Amino acid sequence: MLSSQKIKTDFPILKKQNNLIYLDSTATSLKPQSVINKENEYYEKYCANIFRGIYKISEIATQEYENVRIKVAEFINAKNAQEIVFVRNATESINLIMSSWGVDNVCKNDEVVTTIMEHHANFVTWQELCKTKKAKFKIVPITDDGKLDEKKLLNLINHKTKLVAFTHISNVLGTINPVKKLIKAIKTKNPQCLILIDGAQSVPHMPVDVQDLGGDFYVFSSHKMLGPTGVGVLWGKYKLLEQMKPYQFGGDMISAVYEDNSEYKKPPQKFEAGTPHIAGVIGFGAAIDYLKKLGMENIRQHEIEITDYALEQLTKIKGLKIYGPTKAQDRCGVIAFTMTEAHAHDIAQILDSNNICVRSGHHCAMPLHINLNIASTARASFYIYTTKSDIDALVKGLEKVKKIFS
Amino acid sequence: MDDFYKEQILDHYKHPRNFGKLSKANAIAFDNLVSCGDKLSMELIIIDNIVKDIKFEGTGCAISMASASMLTGFVKEKNISVLKSFGKDDILKLLQIELSATRLKCAMLSVEVLKKAINSRENDHC
Repeated sequence: MLSSQKIKTDFPILKKQNNLIYLDSTATSLKPQSVINKENEYYEKYCANIFRGIYKISEIATQEYENVRIKVAEFINAKNAQEIVFVRNATESINLIMSSWGVDNVCKNDEVVTTIMEHHANFVTWQELCKTKKAKFKIVPITDDGKLDEKKLLNLINHKTKLVAFTHISNVLGTINPVKKLIKAIKTKNPQCLILIDGAQSVPHMPVDVQDLGGDFYVFSSHKMLGPTGVGVLWGKYKLLEQMKPYQFGGDMISAVYEDNSEYKKPPQKFEAGTPHIAGVIGFGAAIDYLKKLGMENIRQHEIEITDYALEQLTKIKGLKIYGPTKAQDRCGVIAFTMTEAHAHDIAQILDSNNICVRSGHHCAMPLHINLNIASTARASFYIYTTKSDIDALVKGLEKVKKIFS
Repeated sequence: MDDFYKEQILDHYKHPRNFGKLSKANAIAFDNLVSCGDKLSMELIIIDNIVKDIKFEGTGCAISMASASMLTGFVKEKNISVLKSFGKDDILKLLQIELSATRLKCAMLSVEVLKKAINSRENDHC
């Protein structure tokens, strides 16, 4: 079991503002002192560019940076660290796949399948590619209880399918998709098509084993899992990464440059042109250490418990409607809701007056909101530092909303 | 921040003035705030550059709806040349609250739709 009250003391922002109730970890998580210290350590002790210097501090920086690649690989059980590419965020990971694989492999009349519950990153990117290539862009709907319509998904797969891109966990509905089962079924129907999983909401909250899941690409962001902003991860099967063309060109990604030609490094360096966010990647390593110490299975259990409690408390509020699966076991620690009395912005504003941070709007999932026939939702999301008393404060805040708007 | 939802704003939100449509409108505009899902349309009757009547319809948060309700009340019998310079400070004066940059967008929606409607009328004459 996690002791969230004790965990809070590791987060300077919660120590300095002890009445802050942060319920927006789905947007970005807070950062523990150890991550902040590790990022600072780079600037204070071995601030040098990587891969270049012969001098000691450059060697240390390179080693620290590359150690994180190994840590990430172990964390998601990649075959080896060479399958881990560092980018800016999960969005950039998806764009990299689009530029380096999609442009060369998706042709006219081919098909790309995605779902209505995607974050814009995994939706707009493929919509755009399909438009340019005159390929078909197919969208899997959801069922009435906010789950992916698995039957319809499989019906959309055929010999023309080049890519199936879907999220592990919906950032609005909280739905945890049965990724392993779906990948197996998709590959049975079309072994040639590639599968990309958006893991931005899963890797921070539950154990993920990319080899066991069986997809081709898996992407996520450091900042949603206690790490610094500006660091994202692309995991891809090494053979695929080898076949893909570079994403950006310049320093670090080349092995030799001549007047008329250049030779590129092997993956992952092939995809990491220019000086990366060295401090951020090194800080990200400390975030993984922190999560590993708590244990991903414990984190998942804690979130089930908190979500269960939140669902129970929130359903007691009259006029409040929750979207997504009704059982905590089927969902992650994110609850999007509407209230008959007040618009999502007004809910968020009044909660803010009680120092409670929730998100309001369409949460980068506009197609889903249109599909649900709602303009916007308020969204409360939980993480390792969320306690039951935070949920009680949320409920009290929502009662205030009702009082003001009644 | 609690005075944000003053009696006056809540009253305009719950009982919007000038809500509905006009049968003989000669200046019409619509706009929305994609990020919030707010929608607002305005219909005006402008005669000799004077706003003779105005109505609005829409959905949105308390700030955007109360702004539209108050603004439509304010512009009646005003010359459109005066309304063209109506801006951020003027709407805040009507609302009598201070707004963060994010919420200012909600308040400005009605101002933008009003200006769009006035411009559409002027373009008609060209």
